[in-house]
Amino acid sequence: MERRTALQWMLSVAATLALPDPRTADAAAPAAAPAGAGYGTDPSMVRIYKPGDVWPLTFNARQQRVASALCDVIVPADEFSPAASGVGVPEFLDEWVSAPYPAQQGDRRIVLEGLAWMDAESKRRFQLEFAELDDQRRGEICGDLARPDKTKAGLKTAAAFFKRYRDLTLGAYYTTPEGMKAAGYAGNVPLAAFSGPPQEALRHVGLA
Amino acid sequence: MALVTSSTLRDAYDVVIVGSGAGGGQAAYTLTMEGVKVLVIEAGRSFDPATEAAMFQLPNQAPLRGVATPDKQYGFHDCSIESGWDIPGEPYTQGSKEPDKQFRWWRQRMMGGRTNHWGRISLRNGPYDFKPRTRWGAGFDWPIGYDDVAPYYDKVELLVGVFGSNEGLENSPDSSPGVLLPPPALRVGELYAQKHGVRAGAKVVPIHRAVLSRAQDAERTPARLHPGNPKAQRILAENMRRRAACFWATDCHRGCAIGANYDSQTVHLRPALATGNLDILPNAMAREVTVDSGGRATGVTFIDKLTGAEGRARGRVVVLAASSQESVRLLLNSKSNLFPQGLANSSGKVGRYITDSVSSSLGGYIPAFEGMPVHNEDGAGGPHAYVPWTMHSENRNGGLGFPGGYHLEFTSGRQLPTLTTFLGVDGFAGAGGVLFGKRLKEEVRRFYGCGLGFGAQGTMLPNDGSFCELDPELKDRWGIPVLRFHWQWTDFERNQVRHQQAHIRHLLEEMGGRLKPFAEEDVFKSMKPGGSVIHEVGGAIMGASPADSVTNSWSQTWDVKNLFLADGAPFASTADKNPTLTIMALAWRMADRLVEELGKGNL
Repeated sequence: MERRTALQWMLSVAATLALPDPRTADAAAPAAAPAGAGYGTDPSMVRIYKPGDVWPLTFNARQQRVASALCDVIVPADEFSPAASGVGVPEFLDEWVSAPYPAQQGDRRIVLEGLAWMDAESKRRFQLEFAELDDQRRGEICGDLARPDKTKAGLKTAAAFFKRYRDLTLGAYYTTPEGMKAAGYAGNVPLAAFSGPPQEALRHVGLA
Repeated sequence: MALVTSSTLRDAYDVVIVGSGAGGGQAAYTLTMEGVKVLVIEAGRSFDPATEAAMFQLPNQAPLRGVATPDKQYGFHDCSIESGWDIPGEPYTQGSKEPDKQFRWWRQRMMGGRTNHWGRISLRNGPYDFKPRTRWGAGFDWPIGYDDVAPYYDKVELLVGVFGSNEGLENSPDSSPGVLLPPPALRVGELYAQKHGVRAGAKVVPIHRAVLSRAQDAERTPARLHPGNPKAQRILAENMRRRAACFWATDCHRGCAIGANYDSQTVHLRPALATGNLDILPNAMAREVTVDSGGRATGVTFIDKLTGAEGRARGRVVVLAASSQESVRLLLNSKSNLFPQGLANSSGKVGRYITDSVSSSLGGYIPAFEGMPVHNEDGAGGPHAYVPWTMHSENRNGGLGFPGGYHLEFTSGRQLPTLTTFLGVDGFAGAGGVLFGKRLKEEVRRFYGCGLGFGAQGTMLPNDGSFCELDPELKDRWGIPVLRFHWQWTDFERNQVRHQQAHIRHLLEEMGGRLKPFAEEDVFKSMKPGGSVIHEVGGAIMGASPADSVTNSWSQTWDVKNLFLADGAPFASTADKNPTLTIMALAWRMADRLVEELGKGNL
């Protein structure tokens, strides 16, 4: 084993070992189950909601920093649309892990422990919080988690977290007006008539 | 007359209807237009789509981006409240723990019932669908045929407003001239499937849906529906003028604040209230049908959910339209000395022969759609096209291994993204990893709009293993005994699902589709559990003889002549068509008969 690889591997194992023991994590404040109620079986559907309106949020300042930085690695700004942190994705993630429903409670530990792991890993590799890293170093850590077939044994939990966090970030981003526009969704506006696909769309698939 | 409470009920009504959905709404409409005094009892609260349906709200304006939760089991913006597979305090049980013997039961406790969030797909049963035993040698022939129901299909389509086209198809009947509203233009994916599906034997045609593609004809239609009844014509004309045509945006499952699609409140209950002949009692959970010493129904007892007190509504006639299995439950719970095994159950058939659409789905990725010019294809908030069943000659003698057939519904296009829309992006990009960064954004742009899938909905004939009964011990929060379900798939359904999967796969391949890597080969895993299509019908089937059915051909119970059913309970089988349009047509037909019999003094 090359020295650099060996070093990385050892650091990874160390980082994994530094994770809170899942059997005792319940006692830790951040991972405790949220106590609030859900929105009930008869909520106003027409009201406009934002994270924190229905149940209290969870993230402390440090969690907000790493959550936001990680979102932006997953969905950075480009010429078409802003980065995830610019359209409320970190706030959504906070809402998600704070929700009193079973599916979201299942994600709560994964996300909170995963965010802590990201910072721990970052400190071990670069002596900085994840949010303090430059893009290249952030991408380096994430790149190690994004290849399930090549993920080292000690990174399995962190890789599972990354996949879940990516899925939530992806979905949250593309359900904002900015994200929907970037994907190419052009609806949700009333029209006087529906005239079918434009000629250029039909030509594109050989129908005109 | 209007909304009432248990303390402002009248002493007696001509007809008490349990349930305010498609069947109860249609029965109330027809009866009140003819001057009959009606009370509708609804277990849920009043609900006004005009002010309560969320149409343009975006996912990021809902908690959790609007995903389904135990509180809102079809998602936050779905037009359903107090609804779901599991409702706190209102359980049902299973007769078996086997995974393929489970039944799932959606209940919708709100004014208008499930009409608030259905897909508005409105297909007529065909002649074969009423005569499965004659046609396929299995199941039971209904005591009525297509010709008995056809005039009522026309009436319902004219009343609620259904778009579609007449294609001259075998067993997927045309409507009479001038009945259907024009179908909207097809979307790219639908047109692409129309062109390439031919090679897979799939004929893509405009679907029929209860959406106003243009305003209704308030000048002529009321006279066509209510000849010789100027009051009914005036009320209907006014109601039609209050409904707007579709503005080609927002999913119909969210409900329609402008009245462009059908729901019971907008189309049935509002004009029925305008007659002055209708009272509606919300928040009342029916407990049992009461009878007198002569065996006649006298009304309904209910729990007032606001006070917890038991109340009673009296009527000369009782109509159950509580949804097929709730109506069955009411019958089974209405035990008396005269009817020790439940009401209208001398045949022992109450609860028997539950069927649901046989359903499976499969989706693919169509590379030809990559790079499609951005355009708005929201359309009529649901599919514009479908694939009707056309393989009649292959299956004339059961050659495919199952009776009947199935139609295919599209899921396609550039629809409003949800939290899960892009989850397949890694697999399709072929990256073998978890995409992130600018590459992810590029792949999302490429991926969006390239998905296309089909859901099959097929014939199910009744079998002895699919039924319900009262649970011997468990009661709900109101103290009412609950149902215990038994479910059984037969080789008919398994063979059909195998055929569905192979056919859809072939169709997608002809479109150049790459199939999703998680496409399920195993037949049972690709079958949706019984009840999960929310097309469950039967349990009080109509028939030719009191010995082996619960109602006659008018949905009138054999044992209690002033007791009728107006939901899916009298269905003797499930066709390869969605049941709601047929529920409404049979309810209208039943109500016409009821008026006639009331007039003759027979009830």
